[in-house]
Amino acid sequence: MFVAGCDVGSLTSKAVIMKDGKIVESVIIKSKARPWESADEVMGLALSKAGLTMKDIKRCVGTGYGRDKISFVNEAISEIACHGKGARWLVPSVRTVIDIGGQDCKALRLDDKGNMIKFITNDKCASGTGRFLEVMAKVMNLKLDEMGEMSIRSKHPVTFASACTVWAQADVIQHLNNKVPIEDIAAGVNNAMASRMSVLANNIGLESDVCMTGGVAKNSGVVNALEKNLGTRIKRIRREDPQLAGAIGAALFAAEKVNGGAK
Amino acid sequence: MITAGCDIGSLTAKAVILKDGKILASEVILGSAQPEKSALEVIKRAVEKAGIKIEDIEYSVGTGYGRKHIPFMNSSESEIVCHGRGAVWQVPSARTVVDIGGQDAKAIRIDEKGNVERYVYNDKCASGTGRFLEIIADSLDIKLDDMGAMSERSKEKLSLSNQCVIFAETEIISLVNEGKEIPDIISALHQAVANRAASLAKSILVAPDAVMTGGVAKNSGMFSALEKALGVKLHRVDNPQINGALGAALIAVDALESSKKK
Repeated sequence: MFVAGCDVGSLTSKAVIMKDGKIVESVIIKSKARPWESADEVMGLALSKAGLTMKDIKRCVGTGYGRDKISFVNEAISEIACHGKGARWLVPSVRTVIDIGGQDCKALRLDDKGNMIKFITNDKCASGTGRFLEVMAKVMNLKLDEMGEMSIRSKHPVTFASACTVWAQADVIQHLNNKVPIEDIAAGVNNAMASRMSVLANNIGLESDVCMTGGVAKNSGVVNALEKNLGTRIKRIRREDPQLAGAIGAALFAAEKVNGGAK
Repeated sequence: MITAGCDIGSLTAKAVILKDGKILASEVILGSAQPEKSALEVIKRAVEKAGIKIEDIEYSVGTGYGRKHIPFMNSSESEIVCHGRGAVWQVPSARTVVDIGGQDAKAIRIDEKGNVERYVYNDKCASGTGRFLEIIADSLDIKLDDMGAMSERSKEKLSLSNQCVIFAETEIISLVNEGKEIPDIISALHQAVANRAASLAKSILVAPDAVMTGGVAKNSGMFSALEKALGVKLHRVDNPQINGALGAALIAVDALESSKKK
């Protein structure tokens, strides 16, 4: 029996097809202008890679900011719930999840059964979200993943006076004009990102194990900076791409419903 | 008695020359990267306009974020103090000043002499500052100075759902793509900037009369948007942008008078 999860985010869209608690296929694409176009494309790709059609999918759950606009899902569930569920599947011992999306960031606490205890989200300010990194990468003329690798070589990271994306961007331009080594600017950007994320995470109270989901979790520079900032280890997700957490959670919700709540 | 005030802001440099309680000359120039250079230039021009020599200035006070870098000033004073002082000179009944600058916004409560009672300040977030307008003007490819007049042609009421400049910029681009009219978009932008500045001002309780100062006050659309956001009538100030420099020049008068008494 196949189930699917589809996570339509502001920047990327993800689809996961699962069978008997295992991932059969997963796809990540850049989001299109319209959420439903993203959903159709990413799910279509996942299905064709798996050699399946939509008829083979017993149940599909949608999530992400575009979740209400997906035509083919049986149900839409919030990102918070899906990320919690997905993170627990990726790291069963997880109690705190920090998820950085393209335009938001969230922190959530789970109990030992995986139930959501608390969550906090920021989608009002670009600082601390994927957008912050994107803006900085653009002025530095770097790719997002280059910025992470580069920052590791930094010896004297720059600091920013303000967390605001607008002011930090102006600072980055000034540092570039002053010929500050690019790795020091990149490291400063990652540190700024991490300190903003820490505020959110500390707000709900950290409990180990802590893990990070979302595309930014693949940026080692940010993860290291966040570890330092929080003063706690962040468990690296190895089982699957951390960017898939939301879609995995959605697929798991679909599976639960199909199994009639039996786990 | 001739005194001068010089206000080095993030975007512009302002100078005011006072003679016996009257403004002899004032000048506003675009600032350069070096505050000391901007200060020299703006003072030089104001002095020329006033038809005096720089040596005629008996006392000068510097203010603004670049005040520590002005070489020839006798002393420096915070922008908050200068804005309070300038506002009450321009509008004697002023008790609240909302100042929106290029990179900050402040709200100041003052007494009848212009002494600061309370103030609140934002330079941590670009929203609610002049920078918000500047960034959007840039991405819409229109002149900052044209925004006020353009917004007055607005016919359809739009509103922005984002307070963050970065997110609002994206939102505005989608509005343009949806075929919304530029004047309507600018009008919505003014309201968004004003709402942010107003929430700052409300935190110190706005007392009548309220005045708006700073370069942004020259934008008629922003002026009425702030009135709407605050829910009070704002008093017009003849020279909103030179208010800080004017306050500095007035403080220079005080300094001179108290030194003469001694």
